[in-house]
Amino acid sequence: MTRLFGEPVPRREDPRLLTGQGRYLDDLGQGALAAAFVRSPHAHAGIVDIDLSAAIDVEGLVAVYTWEDLPERVGAPLPLLIPHPALTHGRTAYPLARDVVRHVGEPVVMVVARDRYVAEDVCSLIRVDYEVRKPVVGVPEAAAGAHLVHEDVPGNVGAHLVQEVPAADGRSAAQAVEDAPHRLTFRLGIERSASMPLEGRGVYARWDADDRSLRVYSSTQTSTSVRMALAARFGLPLPSVEVIAPDVGGGFGVKIVHPWPEEVLVPWAAMLLGREVKWAEDRREHFVSSAHERAQEQTVRVGFDDEGRVLGLDVTILHDHGAYTPYGIIVPIITSTQLLGPYRIGAYRVEFSSLYTNTVQVTPYRGAGRPQGVFCMERTMDRIAAHLGLDRTTVRAANFIQPGEFPYDQGLIFQDGRPLIYDSGNYPESLRLLKELIGWDDFPARRAEAAREGRRLGIGIGCYVEGTGVGPYEGGHVQVTSDGRVHVSTGLTSQGQGHETVFAQIAATELGVPLERVSVVTGDTRRFGYAVGTFASRAAVMSGNAIALACRKVREKALRIAADALEADPGDLEVADGVVRVAGSPGASIPLATVAVLANPLRYAFDEETGRATQFAAGAGMDRPPVDEGEEPGLEGRDYYSPIRSTYASGMHAAIVETDPDTAEIRILRYAVVHDCGKLINPMIVEGQIHGGVAQGVGGALYERMVYDGHGQLLNASFMDFLMPYATEIPLIETAHLETPSPLNPLGIKGAGEAGVIPVSAVIASAIEDAEGIVIDRMPISPSELFDLRRAPAPG
Amino acid sequence: MFDITLRVNGVLRQASVPGRRLLSDCLRHDLGLTGTHVGCEHGVCGCCTVLLDGEPVRSCLTFAVTVDGREITTVEGLAGPGGELSPVQRAFAECHGLQCGFCTPGFLCTATALLRDNPSPSEEDVLEGLSGNLCRCTGYQNIVKAVHRAAELIAEESR
Amino acid sequence: MKPPPFDYHAPRDLGEALAALAEAGPDGKVLAGGQSLIPLLNMRLAAPARLIDINRVAGLDTLSAGPEGVRAGALARHARVERSAEAAAVQPLLRRALRLVAHPVIRNRGTVVGSLVHADPAAELPAVLALLGGSVRLAAAGGAERDVPAAEFFTGPMESAVRPGELAVSAFFPALPPGSGVSFRELARRHGDYALAGVAVLVTPAAARVACIGVGPVPIVVDVTEQAAAGDWAAAAQAVRERVEPEEDIHASADYRRHLAGVLAGQALRDAAREAETTGVRHHA
Repeated sequence: MTRLFGEPVPRREDPRLLTGQGRYLDDLGQGALAAAFVRSPHAHAGIVDIDLSAAIDVEGLVAVYTWEDLPERVGAPLPLLIPHPALTHGRTAYPLARDVVRHVGEPVVMVVARDRYVAEDVCSLIRVDYEVRKPVVGVPEAAAGAHLVHEDVPGNVGAHLVQEVPAADGRSAAQAVEDAPHRLTFRLGIERSASMPLEGRGVYARWDADDRSLRVYSSTQTSTSVRMALAARFGLPLPSVEVIAPDVGGGFGVKIVHPWPEEVLVPWAAMLLGREVKWAEDRREHFVSSAHERAQEQTVRVGFDDEGRVLGLDVTILHDHGAYTPYGIIVPIITSTQLLGPYRIGAYRVEFSSLYTNTVQVTPYRGAGRPQGVFCMERTMDRIAAHLGLDRTTVRAANFIQPGEFPYDQGLIFQDGRPLIYDSGNYPESLRLLKELIGWDDFPARRAEAAREGRRLGIGIGCYVEGTGVGPYEGGHVQVTSDGRVHVSTGLTSQGQGHETVFAQIAATELGVPLERVSVVTGDTRRFGYAVGTFASRAAVMSGNAIALACRKVREKALRIAADALEADPGDLEVADGVVRVAGSPGASIPLATVAVLANPLRYAFDEETGRATQFAAGAGMDRPPVDEGEEPGLEGRDYYSPIRSTYASGMHAAIVETDPDTAEIRILRYAVVHDCGKLINPMIVEGQIHGGVAQGVGGALYERMVYDGHGQLLNASFMDFLMPYATEIPLIETAHLETPSPLNPLGIKGAGEAGVIPVSAVIASAIEDAEGIVIDRMPISPSELFDLRRAPAPG
Repeated sequence: MFDITLRVNGVLRQASVPGRRLLSDCLRHDLGLTGTHVGCEHGVCGCCTVLLDGEPVRSCLTFAVTVDGREITTVEGLAGPGGELSPVQRAFAECHGLQCGFCTPGFLCTATALLRDNPSPSEEDVLEGLSGNLCRCTGYQNIVKAVHRAAELIAEESR
Repeated sequence: MKPPPFDYHAPRDLGEALAALAEAGPDGKVLAGGQSLIPLLNMRLAAPARLIDINRVAGLDTLSAGPEGVRAGALARHARVERSAEAAAVQPLLRRALRLVAHPVIRNRGTVVGSLVHADPAAELPAVLALLGGSVRLAAAGGAERDVPAAEFFTGPMESAVRPGELAVSAFFPALPPGSGVSFRELARRHGDYALAGVAVLVTPAAARVACIGVGPVPIVVDVTEQAAAGDWAAAAQAVRERVEPEEDIHASADYRRHLAGVLAGQALRDAAREAETTGVRHHA
């Protein structure tokens, strides 16, 4: 039997996406009315008056709505999705601004018109009178607390959380630092970036007045949860609402937030108007109204011994949360826990304050707080190495958790509310592979040779551990129909990860059917209603295992029925190529298609094949009911996977960079990745995920930043000035895989989606520091900034 | 309103458009060819790239009325007459040159023209040729690989 | 991001185009390649009442190269000029500069004359025109054509000498004198972006000049004949640093831009001098 699991099988998605037959949000609903929004031009202001008089005569205008037009439930603040006891001052926005706007881009008026051109014309004619207030921009200003984003949130502090793991002898982390032979204190910073998928958000809604049902298409990472949120908000029975994520042009985190204002308003308008309504976010809207991430300021106090072993680590994080906290404090929680990486730390204390600013809200972007945490820990490792005059890999190796120490309890609570216990890994082997791949030990010679040509080279390294596959659960449904086809569905959504392929690989392997007979549907509540969503590198782990379990149920049932039909023992049966056979007896077999027919006792045949399952067909036993007790008709199964806790993938990256002594240009000459996400389902797809992640990481390290001025205006809200890398900016990425299976799930897999992006800023900073001999403590870094650093007087 | 005629993927198509109608919107919403995507509407991302008389152009930076009477090829027109994928399309699948697929039509159109003009491009030629197209998923490595692979496929098939 | 409404005109000949422009006056805007204008329209940062689309005007899609230089008509696209072997032979700097203009797909639509009229201080072609002492030919309804020399053409950031009602019908780039060399160097954040700073350089047997982009309101031309004659490239770079007027923006500090202009000028002058030497040798041979 061909084992499809683990093979680089070509993607099932590709034929339609390569021929223009994909269906993304704005490809749907060609006749729908278009929505557009008047958005705040101010970062902080009171709304004094909204004057529609110049707008209402525009030909093609259908409706205009302000907050005052919204019914109570529709106009209520958006939900705080992930409450946490430490989030004492959680605040969310209204779907349309009520009285106050708190960031540039906040929606104030909704316009519905014949098409988007007309809708934008109307927006430009609506006059909103603002009373401008002092905005709070950036962490220092937020922390100072002289001005407030929310009047009832003192000091702009939305959340404050401390976690501490004392030393084995009970000493506090601060004491452990104090007692250590060597101590360092320093500050680090990371700037804002954003997911920036090439397809923006979008919503398209149809209200069927005849059967009073609502169908909503959304470019979302969670259709099931959008559905529940909308049903609750509109007071509709859940079965009357369906939400579908069509082809989605990238998510990277920003589309897990829900319901967005537009996700509430567009369906509401469709219901009210009795017309189809669609909103497809444009790029400028995306910059100022969809979420950002990353910005943090960190203070590190570390104590270590002569070998570089960390005896105490005390980290304080100021996290810029933007204007609202709909996604709770997931990002800083992940930073503060995943900061520990592959290391055993003597004693650890981490404290973060999540601060409001008058900027776009901050919610997870691929990596979700980990790039900041890894930047912190890896910069710390490099500082220790520099302080002790040790090789940077030696210091890391001295701190690694060893392969025999799993499961390893870090003593903290992770983002899923469960203990941070690493399930498996092999960090020394990863490091060995990485050093070999990049040529770590030969680098000094290479550097010296380049120096003789007047070139400046540096090498850097970064290690991470990533909690993946967080719960609570996902489910899978598998149905074999009487034509022998296998229909798989799961509730979570897809944004390019190749789920239709990898889930089909799992199903085909588990059931013993050819891949081409399997079809997979994701993110469609009509097919599967119970799901959480796609985030936290969880889809393969969660839905993959759920589908595998569902397949095992189906297989078991198929063997039971086949055993009956073949008068054999189920234990002697095997399934291959869609046929159930008695092992070692080639003549005795029955196709799964026939098993599917037999699984569904019929009164009415609709073709010759199904005639075999009707009531007068031969072979039906008279001593049992047609559907046995405990059985259900049909050859199908549904199962769920709900892990005890997350599974921890890991990886290490290294890069060689060249910095130009004259122009301060920074070029990545080589980039190497060792990646361990347990068993690989499809190595081609995993590698693609790594490439994409690293590219986003390179963007975050050298190019991308959201630049706000003191007035809270985003100065680079376009692809002209927000510098996402082109092909010309991304180095060749060399990868090697380690496969340390997870003991936590049946397939032994770990998540892979976010990994690539996580350590890149740390790696590039490490390499630039090595090339330049200048401490790099903030990322991203541009040639201009490197030039300025070169000129700055050396500290001390 | 202006009545325009375009030859799109070999078929004469007519539309009635205002002067400001972008070619991207005309193709997508007037002619129903939604394979051409819109990612930025300011000419940077390249998702909307189509071939105008064979040359790749940004359809979001072109008014439909300006190109009245001209010939346009979109991603829907790249496959052969029997629907068989073009060498560029096949190479993208083979090399995993796409993930979410949103930027892909622009890359396919750009690469198709690139290989027509330069059947055996160097690494630098490919990077330069693709340098106006953004992809947020793949990190480009497999896209570059796919263009080289497509060059091989074209060479093999013209032998 | 959809353009605001406007009256659209698509004249078929020059007379019709000039009449339409005259009638529109300050409300009129010319559409040629559209690669700079249409983004501004889509963002509604520009809202002209009338758009005069010259893409159908006969006689503007011209490109001629002669001993005197290269003349590009208003509809000569970047890509066409870039590919023209004749133009490259007469003035090699054009091709080298054009390869740095945005991306190939943009160059398929964008026009040389449009780029000059747009007068972005970080754009390559204005610097080429300024460096070479070229000119832009303007036409207006009922009036004679006038040739505006580069030194008078660029009047400020995104501002040129084109008056309402006028159409830039062609641009002239003087030929490379014998025994001369040219170079274009720039540094952009990403390949194809507007440069943080850049220089176009011309070294002739009689003179050496540097035109800088991204470091002032208009292309800044610095005469470094004296320093070049002495082979003192460091002094030439210093002269450039002293003349430029960079400003800080989100991508680079003013200091860095000033530094960069000097570094690039030094490098480009060496390139051009080397080239002048080789072409000089060839001329003598």
